[in-house]
Amino acid sequence: MTAIEEPGSAGRRAATSRTPGAAVHLLLTVLIWILLATMPLWIDRVGGYTNLATRVLVTGLAATGLNFLLGFTGVLSFGHAAYFGLGAYGVGLTIRYLVPSTLLGILVGVGVGTLAAVVIGFLIRKLRGVYFAMVTIAFGQVFYFIVYRWNAVTGGDDGLSGWRRQPLDLGFARIDILGDQTAFYYFVLVWFALATAAMWLLLRSPFGHTLIAIRENERRARFLGIPVEQHIWFSFVVSAFFASLAGTLYALLNNFADPHSLRWDKSGEFVIMAVLGGMRSFWGPLLGAAIFVVLQDYASSRTENWMSLIGILFVLVVLFFPRGVLGILGRRALT
Amino acid sequence: MTALRIENLSRRFGDLVAVDNVSLRVEQGELRAVIGPNGAGKTTFFNLVSGLVSPSAGRILFEDKDITGLAAERRVAIGLARTFQITEIFPELTVRENLRIAVEVAGGHRLLPWLSGAGAREVESRITELLATAGLAGKADGVVGELSHGDQRATEILMALALRPRLLLLDEPTAGMGDQETHDVAQLIRRLHRNQALTIVLIEHDMRVVFHLADRITVLAEGSVLAEGAPDAIAANEAVQAAYLGKAA
Ligand SMILES: Nc1ncnc2c1ncn2[C@@H]1O[C@H](COP(=O)(O)OP(=O)(O)O)[C@@H](O)[C@H]1O
Ligand SMILES: [Mg+2]
Repeated sequence: MTAIEEPGSAGRRAATSRTPGAAVHLLLTVLIWILLATMPLWIDRVGGYTNLATRVLVTGLAATGLNFLLGFTGVLSFGHAAYFGLGAYGVGLTIRYLVPSTLLGILVGVGVGTLAAVVIGFLIRKLRGVYFAMVTIAFGQVFYFIVYRWNAVTGGDDGLSGWRRQPLDLGFARIDILGDQTAFYYFVLVWFALATAAMWLLLRSPFGHTLIAIRENERRARFLGIPVEQHIWFSFVVSAFFASLAGTLYALLNNFADPHSLRWDKSGEFVIMAVLGGMRSFWGPLLGAAIFVVLQDYASSRTENWMSLIGILFVLVVLFFPRGVLGILGRRALT
Repeated sequence: MTALRIENLSRRFGDLVAVDNVSLRVEQGELRAVIGPNGAGKTTFFNLVSGLVSPSAGRILFEDKDITGLAAERRVAIGLARTFQITEIFPELTVRENLRIAVEVAGGHRLLPWLSGAGAREVESRITELLATAGLAGKADGVVGELSHGDQRATEILMALALRPRLLLLDEPTAGMGDQETHDVAQLIRRLHRNQALTIVLIEHDMRVVFHLADRITVLAEGSVLAEGAPDAIAANEAVQAAYLGKAA
């Protein structure tokens, strides 16, 4: 890491030229993709296991999705677990009660989560700051209580079990993502790649630029003729869409939908991951998620207070790297 | 066609009447200066016209169309752009990036999830054109927040210009500037007004700039129009001298 951070931080600070920063980001992106593409090959050797790698990917996708709104539109949602959880229950309920199809389940999960975001985003698009965050929590908790109470269908507090992800039948080939954990990892990686590519391209588009504009100076954005509320709404929906997708993959990973996956503290975890890794950096939330998930896996088997470890780490990062771990790479230009 | 017609416009803040029954007309292609002591209600007047603040009473007509209830961003879309007394830009982005956002929105691209090669080239050439207008090409890749006050103000004016407005409101564009910068900005405004047939309303406290640029001058005092006329007439007006020019001297 140090080797590639050097030119970035130095170059960024000294000059206004974009070239060094852009090169560092490209290098980082290549490095991340090499690591992700090969993770099942070496994760055992560093003390992990394939499903842990998959959990990093899935959680990283949720945090990256949240950060589309938080880091690149400047709007804090504390309720993204709702969409994550709706995705999880959408896929679980579909496979359990309707059709034993993984892909159809994903479609339903993402559809339900996104639809909820369309409605809720519309209702709250005029709120700002703490008010926005509070109301996102409140709406999130509504879904949590529905799932929690609706025992007969959702399994209530016990979660939704009694279903499993189904092998993929592509017509010409059958891929056993159920029995083969490595195959499932790559299945998730494909979704992760599609999702991050889509977000990356969106952020570089004129629409993405309007979001950066809103983040940087809402008043100026409005007086350029951008209908700020509408754009925040759309950004919220895009962000929740990817959080729902991550939720479906998370349930598929565990063959289980957990009511806690749509509770407000889960939303808080996504925010912590984004801030930890660096919310101004595209890959920051993935890094934050990796740190969070690995630490959780390592520490939770040794101490019940693993959350306080995360807390201490969080405080240290915020104190010494206020822009998150990847924040040291400097500002990312608009492209 | 009248570019801007204001009818009995008022705005109260609690007990304070910041803008008090103001009526005026600005003709197409005119450069109007609005002057008056601090607290006269000049900025509030701009806020009302641009839609940042809604009026307590009265009507605002832009090119004979009633825009009193129109959202601020809709007013921008139909050709009304403004700058602020305290510069409103994207300080962490470069000049070029600031302009790019403005140019893309002006081009109707704001919701596009991608831009075609031709579209992107058009945007870039428009940015180049704008940069040349204010002689900012050499600083295009500088982060705006790190540039001089004058360059930041010029960037804000260029962003407003990128929207191809037909009416441009400039709130104290030379505030806080040295003589050279003031001169440069005054020249820029003059060029814009001449070359682009733009109607401009300018709030300005620097009397050299006002008398150099303005076709007509409106004097506000305590929220009301104290006087209005050609620069010579305003300079000779005793009420204005007493209320404003006298105080300033
Ligand atoms: N949002 C506001 N709330 C309360 N009072 C305001 C507000 N905006 C302006 N004012 C008051 O209105 C008066 C006119 O202010 P302003 O329009 O900024 O004057 P000027 O631009 O001529 O110096 C001042 O007394 C100011 O304090
Ligand atoms: Mg003012």
